[in-house]
Amino acid sequence: MTDLSLRPITVDDLAGDRNGARPDTLFRAGAKGAGYLVLVILAAIAVSTTVKAWPAFRAEGFGYFFRDDWVPSQGRFGARSIIYGTLVVSAIGLVVAVPLSLGIALFITELAPRRLRSSITTVMDVLASVPSVVFGLWGFLILRPHLKDFYNSVADAVSGIPVLRSIFGPSLSGQSFMTAGVIVGLMIVPIITSIVREVFQTVPINEKNGALALGATRWEMIQGVVFPHSTGGIVGAVMLGLGRAMGETIAVALVIGASPQITANLFGQGEAMPSVIARNLNEASGTYQSALIGLGVGLFVLTILINISARVLVRRVDAATRGAS
Amino acid sequence: MAATATIDTAPDPAGESPLQHPLESSLSTGRSWRNRLASAWMIASLIVAAIPLLAVLGILVVKGFSLVASLDWWSKPIPSNVASNALGGQEAQEAFGNVGTAAPVKEVIYGMQPAIVGTLITTGLAALLSIPLGIAAAVYLNEYGGKSRSATIIRFFTDVMTGVPSVVMGIFIYTVWVLNFEASGRSGLAGGLALACLMLPVVVRSTEEMLRLVPDSLRQASAALGTPRWKTTTKVVLPAAMPGITSGAMLAIARAAGETAPILFTVGVVSSTNFSLFGQNTTLSAQIFSNATQPGGESIAWGAALTLIVIVMAFTLTARFVSSKFSVRVDG
Repeated sequence: MTDLSLRPITVDDLAGDRNGARPDTLFRAGAKGAGYLVLVILAAIAVSTTVKAWPAFRAEGFGYFFRDDWVPSQGRFGARSIIYGTLVVSAIGLVVAVPLSLGIALFITELAPRRLRSSITTVMDVLASVPSVVFGLWGFLILRPHLKDFYNSVADAVSGIPVLRSIFGPSLSGQSFMTAGVIVGLMIVPIITSIVREVFQTVPINEKNGALALGATRWEMIQGVVFPHSTGGIVGAVMLGLGRAMGETIAVALVIGASPQITANLFGQGEAMPSVIARNLNEASGTYQSALIGLGVGLFVLTILINISARVLVRRVDAATRGAS
Repeated sequence: MAATATIDTAPDPAGESPLQHPLESSLSTGRSWRNRLASAWMIASLIVAAIPLLAVLGILVVKGFSLVASLDWWSKPIPSNVASNALGGQEAQEAFGNVGTAAPVKEVIYGMQPAIVGTLITTGLAALLSIPLGIAAAVYLNEYGGKSRSATIIRFFTDVMTGVPSVVMGIFIYTVWVLNFEASGRSGLAGGLALACLMLPVVVRSTEEMLRLVPDSLRQASAALGTPRWKTTTKVVLPAAMPGITSGAMLAIARAAGETAPILFTVGVVSSTNFSLFGQNTTLSAQIFSNATQPGGESIAWGAALTLIVIVMAFTLTARFVSSKFSVRVDG
């Protein structure tokens, strides 16, 4: 690693140029240009996808978002059932991920001995780096058959109970909202954990010690000091996780079942926005193609809105803690 | 109780929490049980999240190792006769009613070289595009922009851009590149562009974090020698932050190498190795996705997944190793 370390710098290295400020201006302009590139790309994404999606929006009007009949062969594109699938999968994902992430973040900041912390962070890094498609493959080939039996036994068990009966219905193939949601939840755990952990670390140590000194148990200290300090940051982290869950594509495409429908049955098959795009965009043409790109536009707008509000929340926490210290 | 409490008023400021609460004995049962329950929840969360990770890694090795360990896997084209083989000698022959007379099923040679090369080409191009640009943007944000309005806006939207789903980046390159060049649109180049869009914001933000860690005294010392700003940046600031920047860039590469959604619409499909940026290509992730649902493709998918995870883990763990070296230097 020595080649990466600070090389001794000689005075000649740092001598000023004879031709004064011009290279500096150029350097600054170049760097600034690279910075603006981010804004340019975001704008280009918005414009280019909207232009290509326009024929579908024009042909379908508001029905595009409010009708459920997604029948490409008949040229009808009502995306409501697909949007529904995305929302259900993301909701299940959050229900799975939020308690796990908060638990792990608390474990790292409050419970774990110091030398364990970095290895837990490594585990989280490794979990975060497992590609979506690998989780999808595992879910599709290994998990699905087991889950099908599990789902059906749950469905049998609750078949006499009115509301549960419709939420936990029979499963055809093991591909379902639930399978997709659980896998997505697992995949967003590292993202939420890392942000929540950072937020927890900004809680003033004196207040924590104060609570403990007053005789609070660790859990009472967490409830009374850590959580109130971190509410905004936790909400922000959860929303970032939500954004990631909504955009999760390949794993969902493999395990959701590819049949757009609005059903309360979480064990039933469904369809989500990114996965219908991933599966069909290559072969689609004409209005079908622009309808799929239109789903991409919807996804882009949704995730941008979620991310902006999440970042504003996390920023506010940052600003507040910086003001306090 | 007062006596015990005074002993405990100064817990280790480093945050070493004692596992046993010192006042446990005098607590009401309800409070101490709730405390234990909370600790159990924290430990259980870690275990619940780690089990699937271990399960996935374990099954990858079990199912994929025999393929990946062979030389053919790294040197031969992707077999095209997998599906017919799986439908089998038996089913296909029974369907045609000529059991025994049909031509013997050809032995499948499992190779994955095209996808390995394709993954390296697309990811490599994405790294070449996004890392220099990302570092330049981060230099602007930290060295020039500071708290100025334009820097704040760029920083904010870079954060927002990290949250844009990868499939949207795929659609973006599909609409501006693939649809415009029709036949020659799908290529390693297009895939690399999509991955570069995905990597750029990650590189910008991680690099900026690292530049912020470089002490101002270094910049001042350099400026005191009459050094222009650009030279200070390239000769002092960037080298000082280089391990951290490297580690951030490698994490971004690891993430890009595993991406499937931006690849699907942009790279196309081939079964023989294409070393060129132009012309259709294929990647490990695309091979996993297409073979997962194809009858008989499972073993190829497992092998490709193991190969991919080895590549991704190599980058991730190297990144962590490099960054741990760096944090030591900041302390010293």
